[in-house]
Amino acid sequence: MSVQVEHLVRYAPGSTRRLLNDVSLNVPTGAFVALVGPSGAGKTTLLRAIAGLDTFEQGTLLLDGQTMGTMRDRARKIGFVFQNYALFPHMTVAKNISFGLDVLPRSERPSRSAIAARVQELLDLMQIPDAGASYPARLSGGQRQRVALARALATGPKLLLLDEPFGALDPIVRRSIRTWLKALHERLGLTTILVTHDQDEAVEIADRIVVMQHGQIVQDATPEELNRNPQTAFVMEFLGEAPSFNGIVQDGLMVPDEAGLLPFAVDASVPPGPVTAMLRPYEIQVCGPDERSAQEPVIPLVAEGARNGYRHYRAQLAERSVPFSIPDFTENTVEIQASGLLDISRARLFRDGERCG
Amino acid sequence: MKQAVLSFLRGGGSALPGYRLALGVTLLWTGFFIVLPLCALIIRPWQDGVGAMVAATHDTRMFAALWTSFSSAFLAAVLNVPLGLLLAWALVRGDLPGRKIADALIDLPLALPTAVSGITLATLYGPQGWLGAPLAKLGLVLAYSRTGIVLALMFVGLPFVVRTVEPVLKNLPRDMEEAAVLLGARPWQVVTRVVIAPLLPALVTGFGLAFARGVGEYGSVIFIAGNQPFKSEIAPLLIVVRLQEFDYAGATAIALILLLTSLLALVLVSLVRRRLSVWGEQR
Repeated sequence: MSVQVEHLVRYAPGSTRRLLNDVSLNVPTGAFVALVGPSGAGKTTLLRAIAGLDTFEQGTLLLDGQTMGTMRDRARKIGFVFQNYALFPHMTVAKNISFGLDVLPRSERPSRSAIAARVQELLDLMQIPDAGASYPARLSGGQRQRVALARALATGPKLLLLDEPFGALDPIVRRSIRTWLKALHERLGLTTILVTHDQDEAVEIADRIVVMQHGQIVQDATPEELNRNPQTAFVMEFLGEAPSFNGIVQDGLMVPDEAGLLPFAVDASVPPGPVTAMLRPYEIQVCGPDERSAQEPVIPLVAEGARNGYRHYRAQLAERSVPFSIPDFTENTVEIQASGLLDISRARLFRDGERCG
Repeated sequence: MKQAVLSFLRGGGSALPGYRLALGVTLLWTGFFIVLPLCALIIRPWQDGVGAMVAATHDTRMFAALWTSFSSAFLAAVLNVPLGLLLAWALVRGDLPGRKIADALIDLPLALPTAVSGITLATLYGPQGWLGAPLAKLGLVLAYSRTGIVLALMFVGLPFVVRTVEPVLKNLPRDMEEAAVLLGARPWQVVTRVVIAPLLPALVTGFGLAFARGVGEYGSVIFIAGNQPFKSEIAPLLIVVRLQEFDYAGATAIALILLLTSLLALVLVSLVRRRLSVWGEQR
């Protein structure tokens, strides 16, 4: 099922503050889209609007090219997994899963044995084959999450909406359930929209990432594109640690304000004036004090150990310290001196938060 | 038992200080205020000899009064369940003006001296009352009958149902209802399957409390009941009547039967509630 959102506006109840400010989004059938952004960015509001749980004041919402009037039109076509799962505590897992089938009018309802078979099929799919008779209170967080997913899938929806579904899970379960969900999405041919505030999760699971801020979509791109070409400083920062350096562009050269940073050449298209350079810690390079002219004062570099294939360091600037890291290959690691200069020429440049080079 | 005594002597092995003191005070308290009076109530009837007790239980008027009490209390509690649920619903979910005032008014039947509520009800529903007179013209006689008793018991029992259901309803996550709607449930299916079903244990508790209160209610009932023996005489009133006749054996016999039956009823209620709330048990 495809989702087309055009110029959606939703106001906060009883005020003129816009929760969603002219949001347009096109999700083709079969896509796996992640909505990311800080709390209050409007991710969940957008998801709930798509599900029909909330209304909106302006704009259009098309599901498979058609406007959807009431909730009843969407019922059973959309699977929604709530943040805290919203399982029915007084029903067994099997009853929870079969709820969407049990409430059908008698004429449309499958036979009791067909429903039981469907429930077992879903339990097997969720890898919790024996959980059918337990009550939700007795399940672990990961199991509840799977039950919520099974319940949402029981009616065979084509669109799956997930509202921070991994929030309450521990890291190991999160990781395994992530890959498993991705496989499930492909196997069932679903269109999936996932809300998360964890950018790593989004990068790993989704084919497309929609970054939201202040009720607006800031950037909508593939994970690779987003990492390579962040449109704003916010996106750059949101996607991971990004030390930033202020400086001035003049005559095709960016001159950082702080001491210990090497000036670097920038593209001719960058207009002169103040800019902010941002880059990932692993994109910062170090020059020994001997390599460049001695007029630049060197800055102290402090080693902070090795993790995840990188050696981590901190460079002590005049008023702050910035992290950087270099790949840690035992036979081929560059030795870092106790002092040096930072080469930040791989940075993206931003002016007033917008990308300029 | 042995373990409990040993743990008491050792100070409970609990990290919290004052275990022995706290437990001692609690036991003394419950002993004096609950167990001792109940024991007295159980022992007293037999003091005039078994014969007097047996004679007292051969009293058809007593059985009629007990039947009136229990059946009226049961009926009132049953009627209070949907009424209390609606009221709790309106308080929690309804965004009605004056909700806070209504919320405060709910508890009033508990605070009012029961005689006052009794007289008020009698004035309202009596044959010459504001409501009683027009209703009597329609052929509905409320006061001085079993209906009057049920009416009075509903009045005093309602807060129990409202106050037990209200917090549970308040804590019921709204997204459960949203989930049900998205799964295709119709509004009545959402209400019955997703809202009322998890409220059942609370409703049963409220029912039990209202019923227990109804069985023991005296003041608010006697003014509106008519108090005709074998017809609209409640057991607590008969106890007073027997006491005025200096028939202590008779009075305590009624009290004992009242006590045992109430206990049985409350045990049943609690069994039902437990049965209904198996799903809430944690691992």
